[in-house]
Amino acid sequence: MALKLAQSEFEIERDSQKCISCQVCVRQCSNDVHEYDSDEDIIYSDNDKCVGCHRCENLCPTGAIKIKEKEAEFKKNYNWTSSHLRNIYKQADSGGIILTGMGCDKPYPVYWDHILFNAAQVTNPSIDPLREPMEIKTFIGRKPDKLNMEISKDKNGNTKIKLKTKIPPQLELSTPIMFSAMSYGSISFNACMSLAAAASKFGTFYNTGEGGLHEDLYGFVNNTIVQVASGRFGVDKNYLNKAAAVEIKIGQGAKPGIGGHLPGEKVTRDVSRTRMIPKGTDALSPAPHHDIYSIEDLSQLIYALKEATDYKKPVGVKISAVHNVAPIASGIVRAGADFITIDGFRGGTGAAPLVIRDNVGIPIELALASVDRRLREEGIRHKVSIIVAGSIRSSSDVIKAIALGADAAYIGTAALVAMGCHLCQKCYTGKCNWGIATQDPYLTKRLNPEIGTRRLLNLLHSWSLEKKEMLGGAGINAIESLKGSREHLRGIDLSEKELAILGIKHAGEAW
Amino acid sequence: MNNYKHMETTKNLKESKQHCFSRHRIPSGCAVFGIVNESGKTFNGSMVLDGISMMHERSNGLGGGFAAYGIYPQFKEDWAFHIFYDGSISKSQTEDVLKENFKIIFYEEIPTKNKSFVKDPPNMYRYFLKLKNNFVDSGANKKKIDTDSRIDKDIIKEKEEDFIVDLVMKVNSNIKGAYIISSGKNMGIFKGIGYPEDIGQFYKIDDYSAYLWTSHGRFPTNSVGWWGGAHPFGLLNWSVVHNGEISSYGANKRFVDGFGYECTLSTDTEVVTYLFDLLVRKQKIDLSIIHLILASPLWEEIKKMPEDKREILKAFRIIYSGALMNGPFSIIAANSDFMYALNDRIKLRPMVAAKKGNFLFVSSEEAAIRKVCSSPDILWHPRGGEPVIGVVNKQNIKNK
Repeated sequence: MALKLAQSEFEIERDSQKCISCQVCVRQCSNDVHEYDSDEDIIYSDNDKCVGCHRCENLCPTGAIKIKEKEAEFKKNYNWTSSHLRNIYKQADSGGIILTGMGCDKPYPVYWDHILFNAAQVTNPSIDPLREPMEIKTFIGRKPDKLNMEISKDKNGNTKIKLKTKIPPQLELSTPIMFSAMSYGSISFNACMSLAAAASKFGTFYNTGEGGLHEDLYGFVNNTIVQVASGRFGVDKNYLNKAAAVEIKIGQGAKPGIGGHLPGEKVTRDVSRTRMIPKGTDALSPAPHHDIYSIEDLSQLIYALKEATDYKKPVGVKISAVHNVAPIASGIVRAGADFITIDGFRGGTGAAPLVIRDNVGIPIELALASVDRRLREEGIRHKVSIIVAGSIRSSSDVIKAIALGADAAYIGTAALVAMGCHLCQKCYTGKCNWGIATQDPYLTKRLNPEIGTRRLLNLLHSWSLEKKEMLGGAGINAIESLKGSREHLRGIDLSEKELAILGIKHAGEAW
Repeated sequence: MNNYKHMETTKNLKESKQHCFSRHRIPSGCAVFGIVNESGKTFNGSMVLDGISMMHERSNGLGGGFAAYGIYPQFKEDWAFHIFYDGSISKSQTEDVLKENFKIIFYEEIPTKNKSFVKDPPNMYRYFLKLKNNFVDSGANKKKIDTDSRIDKDIIKEKEEDFIVDLVMKVNSNIKGAYIISSGKNMGIFKGIGYPEDIGQFYKIDDYSAYLWTSHGRFPTNSVGWWGGAHPFGLLNWSVVHNGEISSYGANKRFVDGFGYECTLSTDTEVVTYLFDLLVRKQKIDLSIIHLILASPLWEEIKKMPEDKREILKAFRIIYSGALMNGPFSIIAANSDFMYALNDRIKLRPMVAAKKGNFLFVSSEEAAIRKVCSSPDILWHPRGGEPVIGVVNKQNIKNK
């Protein structure tokens, strides 16, 4: 037996009195953790193979299985933590880059959790959302400075208004939440279908990511945002016109500055058709777009896409939150983008080098605050919509983001969790036991798109209700009146500098 | 004693200005009352004083004030500035600025009555000014200006007004201890700390005749008041009195900020005034449709409208989302052409309106209207978001 230095992360506890050897766990685990010994009528489990996805635990009919994080596997050391040791062992074994999935899980400060929202008392009545209308409709797109119109009176003395300004194309969202870019390939067709159907039923949008658009999703054209990324997979005129908006992907929060890699094993017949690449070949997205080496190149692509879509669809740009994000965003507005998506460093991914995911980029809260401020200082904030992404975990994160200056939020991880994801971070293996981040037909059928759709709808619905409660509590009945109202936020346990960047006061400070 | 009192005043004005510049917002409840004679006939201030006094309970002695239009017919073409000073230094600094930019036609201390009515008034002066720069040379992109052409006149007028706005903002934020409280033509604002009835008597407002009066009694939730912070808030010919708390303050501030208006006072009335100035004066949006922006109909109402109207309302909400005022408010905005009253769209604050002949009344409470006009032709409670507009027939004023 070869020398094994890395130890398992999880410990599987099986209560032999409860276990009836039904082998559900054996069949459910794509990592072959569980093995049935028919001679002894007993199931053995291999801790080393467990990824901690909890599929077996959830499905065990008798509740016999418990997946536990293994404690004290190495001698306790605050500097050389077990994850450092484990990574070094793995690298010494393989000589490769360590891959991971989903967003950064390191204990960096989460600013959402250091921001408190306001409520109205006495001087300003709170509004009961169960009795009064509470408006959360949101528009994404470029806004002109003013509307020119002609006012006239008809013969009955009624005022007639005729608009002379043409309104640029807008996306109309029934709630300021959309589903983040997740490509077909990185997630299963059933997952894509669930996202598309839920967006369509709720009146919001999902994003195809860079994996092209599967023919069977063409029907959701009015709720689809298609992405144009560096690999240009599946991009042609038809693709652009099967969407309500186009998003140019420059960067992703989980892996700023680097490209993507969908391994050939995941490029099935359908994925190959959708991405327009040969079956079984690796789908490599280059780090930069090979036709964008400067802001003026980006502008050309924006206008090329606008030409291709006849100026009828908003064209936006997605960037990851990096140190210089504010001036970059300013350049993007000037380059002609109708919306900017900023993806924070805790944003998810199907596959990224661990070293990048955990060390590159900045939190979305700080990026949003500084982009919004910069654009306002330059008098161009109203020209563009800002969508934030990168670990929006709850309705309160959305509300806080809007008060910090966002127009809407993208949710990716939260949507996957709603469909069953347990954040085991092994998306890159293609062995997702929950049938989400996989193309294996045996696994993908575990996600029923109808159930997936229903769960996503429920999530959107509950978050929308919660947002209305928070708005009403603050005495506001339209979401646009909250946008950028940082007066409604207070920081807690934050330094002067952090407060200054966020542009908010500390809790306890009045107006 | 006199000396001591003067020091107190000085301290108050300075402190309170700093207080305001530290961007504190003070929520307050209030009484508002406005009267306009739509034929442009002037009447003295006793009627408005009578009305606002009826609503004593709605204020707490920490602010009262009046705006009056048509009171300076002898200087009707001149800029009339009312200015508060904390002492002689701020006065001379401000006057330097005025002399540099204007020809001072006339100036005097604002006449007041017995000081026992009020506590610690600042020094207050009024100036009647003619701009030195006539803006003809710089108008209309250097093309030859035809001073008779209506368009060019408008351009010159707008440039002049922009200049005044800029100057007022500069004086108010840069000269410590000086505060321009009104800056229009043939109009003036009289305000201070005290109940409105005391402030009215202090300024002897029944000595003035105006065709449009608005007034305000304040009930702030803080104990510190300052004379400049009382309502009405004024800029150019605008005056705004407001009862309520605008919970969209931050969003509105951002919106006007994008067009160069700097909210230095952090008061709701300030941002409301800038919204009016931006939409009505700068963007020239017709007065009759402003409420569709400031207190837009709810989406569920818009949904039921015929398509052409629906598209327009939708466009308003998309483009002017930052101008939507949210939270409880009842405001009376006025300028020399009209009085405009508006409630928030779900009517969280009271407002009553009435008409009698050429008179239009708007009030927080019906009692105030009944006090000055016991049997109006009609009296109604405007719905939330439904404006009450009294347009002054300027022709009559000119002919007089």
